[in-house]
Amino acid sequence: MADAEESEGIQRNDSINHTPGKIIKKQEIARAKNEGKELSKEEKQRLRKEKKQQKKNKKEDKGPSEKEKEKKPSASAASPAVTQSSAQKAPSVPAPVTTPVSESPVVSDKPSKSKAELKAERRARQEAERSSRHGKKEQGQQGASSKAKPPQNELQPVVKRLPEHVQVDDPAAVKKLAKKLERQQIPLRLDYGHKVSLFSHLHQYSRKAPLTQQISIPATVIHPSVVRLGLQYSQGIITGSNARAVALLHAFKQVIQDYSTPPNEELSRDLVNRLKPYISFLNQCRPLSASMGNAIKYIKKEISNISSQCKEEEAKKELLTCIDKYIREKITLAAQAISKYAIEKISDGDVILVYGCSSLVNHILCEAFDKQRKFRVIVVDSRPRLEGREALRRLVKRGIRCTYVLISALSYILPEVSKVFLGAHALLANGYVMSRVGTSQIALVAKAYNVPVLVCCETYKFCERVQTDSFVSNELDDPDDLIVTRNGKTHLEHWKTMETPTGGLLGLLNLVYDVTPPDFVDLVITDLGMIPCTSVPVVLRLKNVDQ
Amino acid sequence: MPGADKETDLSERIEAFLAELKRGGSRSGTLRGSAETARETTALLRRITAQARWSSAGDLMDLIRREGKRMTAAQPSETTVGNMVRRVLKIIREEYARSGGSNEETDQQDSLHKLLTSGGSNDDNFKRHFPHLKANVIEAINELLTELEGTTDNISMQALEHIHSNEVIMTIGRSRTVEAFLKDAARKRKFHVIVAECAPFCQGHEMATSLSQAGIETTVIADAAIFAVMSRVNKVIIGTQTILANGGLRAVNGTHTLALAAKHHSTPLIVCAPMFKLSPQFPNEEDTFHKFVSPHEVLPFTEGEILSKVNVHCPVFDYVPPELITLFISNIGGNAPSYIYRLMSELYHPEDHEL
Repeated sequence: MADAEESEGIQRNDSINHTPGKIIKKQEIARAKNEGKELSKEEKQRLRKEKKQQKKNKKEDKGPSEKEKEKKPSASAASPAVTQSSAQKAPSVPAPVTTPVSESPVVSDKPSKSKAELKAERRARQEAERSSRHGKKEQGQQGASSKAKPPQNELQPVVKRLPEHVQVDDPAAVKKLAKKLERQQIPLRLDYGHKVSLFSHLHQYSRKAPLTQQISIPATVIHPSVVRLGLQYSQGIITGSNARAVALLHAFKQVIQDYSTPPNEELSRDLVNRLKPYISFLNQCRPLSASMGNAIKYIKKEISNISSQCKEEEAKKELLTCIDKYIREKITLAAQAISKYAIEKISDGDVILVYGCSSLVNHILCEAFDKQRKFRVIVVDSRPRLEGREALRRLVKRGIRCTYVLISALSYILPEVSKVFLGAHALLANGYVMSRVGTSQIALVAKAYNVPVLVCCETYKFCERVQTDSFVSNELDDPDDLIVTRNGKTHLEHWKTMETPTGGLLGLLNLVYDVTPPDFVDLVITDLGMIPCTSVPVVLRLKNVDQ
Repeated sequence: MPGADKETDLSERIEAFLAELKRGGSRSGTLRGSAETARETTALLRRITAQARWSSAGDLMDLIRREGKRMTAAQPSETTVGNMVRRVLKIIREEYARSGGSNEETDQQDSLHKLLTSGGSNDDNFKRHFPHLKANVIEAINELLTELEGTTDNISMQALEHIHSNEVIMTIGRSRTVEAFLKDAARKRKFHVIVAECAPFCQGHEMATSLSQAGIETTVIADAAIFAVMSRVNKVIIGTQTILANGGLRAVNGTHTLALAAKHHSTPLIVCAPMFKLSPQFPNEEDTFHKFVSPHEVLPFTEGEILSKVNVHCPVFDYVPPELITLFISNIGGNAPSYIYRLMSELYHPEDHEL
C-alpha cells in the first residue's frame, strides 16, 4: 500500500521530495548541533553530485536526449520507490534492497535524474554498506555492495587522480585547489619569481615567505605541532625522507593524543577528516615526499580500521602503538637489516664514494667502521644545498678517513673509487631511482668508469608511480639559493629584473630531485634483501598482497 | 748606450710578463682570456726579434726557445704561451727556408725521409745569415697577430650554420668564444641557453648575465642537474682551455660529466676553440696535467675542526677524451677530432714539440 501511494507521488517531482525530505531534515538538524566547521562526508558527496547534476542538466538541455528523459523517470520511479520504502524499514532486511540497488547504478549512468532520486539511492547504498559492516548477512550484502559499486574492483584502479602539485599550469586545477584550501581554512602559498618554461607546471616558492605568515593567531583549525612541523619543512630545518617521515609521525602522535571525539561522531571517520587539512597544510609548506605519503596512507588505514565499539582511550592508545610500531619496523629495524647486508659488500681497503647526506648510508658506514672494516670514504657534495658537509661532519666524528670534493671534480676522483653507495628518496615501480639531484650524474660517471653502484633504500619508500625523466614530477626549490657572492661580486643579484615583454630572460633553476635509470644501478639493498632494480614491482605486489 | 738600453728594456718587459703570468694564472683574480695571453706573448716575441741581438736564424731560435721555456715554466697550465712560441719558431724556419730558396713543401714532406737519410744536415742550415730575415720574420709575426685578432669573429661567423631556431643549447662555465658565438647567432635566431654554473668558481653566472643582456633566454642550473636536464638539450656547445694532440680536451672541471651525459643522450658536443689553443701535448703526464687551487673554495675555513681531518681537492681542469666530441669549430672551419693531428703538423714543426 505504501508502495502504491509512493509510486503515484513519484510522478510529480514535488512529492518525491517529501518522504526523503523528512529524513534529510533530521540528519541536518543533527549535524547543525555539531560545529558546522567541516562538512561531513555525506554532505560533501551530496554537494558534489548536485553540481555534477546541474552541469549535466545544462548539457542535456542542449542535447537531443529528450526521449531518454521520458523513459528514465518511469524506470527510475520504480527503483526509488522500492529503495525509499526499504530505507524506511529497518536496515536488517536488506534483501529486497539488493535487486533494486543493482538496478540503480545502471540507471544512474544515464544523465538527468532528479536530485532526490540520487540521494535516495545513495542513502540506500550507504545503509547497505553499513549493515554489511555490522556483520549481518555478510556474504549476501557483500555481493550487493560489490554490485552496487562501479565494476572496477577486479584490477587495481588504473588511473589515479593526478596530484595537484604537478598541475600548476592548469588554471582549473589551481582554482579547485584554492577552493579546497578555502574550505579547509588553509592559506594558499603563492609562487615566486620567473619559472623556467620547462617547469611551469610545478610550484616554485620562496623560503623568505613561509606559509605561517599568512595564518592568523591563534590558529584554531591547525594543530600547533603541525604548524611547527610545516615551518620546519619549508625552511629546510628538517630534510631527508626518513627524517621528514619520522617527524610527521611524531606530530601526528601528538595530534592523536590531543584529539577528542566530538559527540555523535565516530573516531574512525572524524579523525581522518581532521587530518585532511593538516595534510593540505603540510603539502603547501613543502610537497609531500613518497615516504610521508606512504606513512599517511598507513595511518589512515589504521584509523579507519578502528571498530566503532572501541572506547576513545583504547582507540587512541592503539593508534599510538601502531605508529610506534611502524617507525620501529619500517625505519629503525629496516636500517639495521640493510646495514647487515651492506656490510657484506664492504671489504678491507675499499674506497667508497657517497653523495650528499643520506641517513641510511651514513648509518651503514658507521656500522661497518664499528665492525673493524678498513675503508676510506669520499664525500661528494653539490651546490646549492651542500648537504655533504653534514655527512662529512658525522663521519669524521666517528673517526672515518674522509675526502671531500664537489660534484664537478667527479671525473678526477672516480679512478680512485672502488664502490659507490647512494641513498634514495623513493624507488619507482618501473625500476627508476628517485633521489637528490646529482645522483643520476654520479651513477652515469661511475658506469663510465666501471665502478659498481649500490643503492640503499627501505621498502616503505617504494612507490607505485612511474617516471622516466626528471621533469614531469619534481620539486623546485627557492631560486635565490643559486646566487653566490664571490670576490665581492654577485652576478645574479638582479636576475628578476632582466625581463622583456615576452617574458623573463634569466631563469634560475634549483631542482631538488632527479631519476636514475635502472641500467646505471647494479644493486638495490633493501630490508628484504639485495634485489636488482627491476624487482621493485615484485616487492610492491607482495606488499599489497600482505595488506 | 742605445743597445744596452734596448736590452734592459726588453728584459724588463720579459720579467714583467713572467710575473703577470705567474700571478694572473690563478682563477680567482681577474681572469685573462687566452686570446689576450696569446696576443701578448706574440707581441713580446716580436719585440724580442726586433730588439735582441742575433746574427743567424739559429741564434734567434735558441733565444726564443730559451725565453719560451721560462715563460711556460712560469705558468705551465697556460698552454697558449707555449703554442705561440712554437708558432713563431715555425715561422722562423719557414722564412729561413724561403730566403734560402728551397721549397717549403718538400721540407715538410721529406722530414721523415731526411731523418733516415741525411741525418744532422738540418742543423748547419740555420747558421747562414740573410739580411732580410729580420724584416720577413717580423712581417710574418704581424700576420700572425692579425690572425689572432680575427679568431673570435671567424668562429662567430659560423654560428648560423650550427644553430637552428627554437633550439636548447647547453654550455658550462664561461668561454668568451662561446659567448660571442651565441650572441652572433642570437641576432638572427631565437633559441634557449642553459648554463651550468661550474662550481666552485661559478663563472657560469657571469656568462648567463651577459647572454641574457644580449636578449637570449637563459637558465642557470647547478652542476648537479646537468644529467637531469640533458634529455631536453639539443646541442652542447663548450669552450676549452686547451686542445690536446690526440683531439681530447683539457677543459674546466665538470666538462667530462657534461660530455658523458651528452653521449648518453646522443646529443652532439661542439667545441668552439681557436687554433692557438691547439697544443702538441698528450694527456699522459699525470702530474703535469692537473692543476689544483686552494681547497678554501670547496670547504671554507669557517668549517673549523673538520678541516684538519679531511683531504679536500679542488682541481681546475678535466680531461675529455676525443670519442665524446663531435665537432671542433675553429677559425679555420669545422673539423672532426680525428683530424686534429693533421692540423698540428701544419701549425708546428715536429722538432719544436719539446721546447
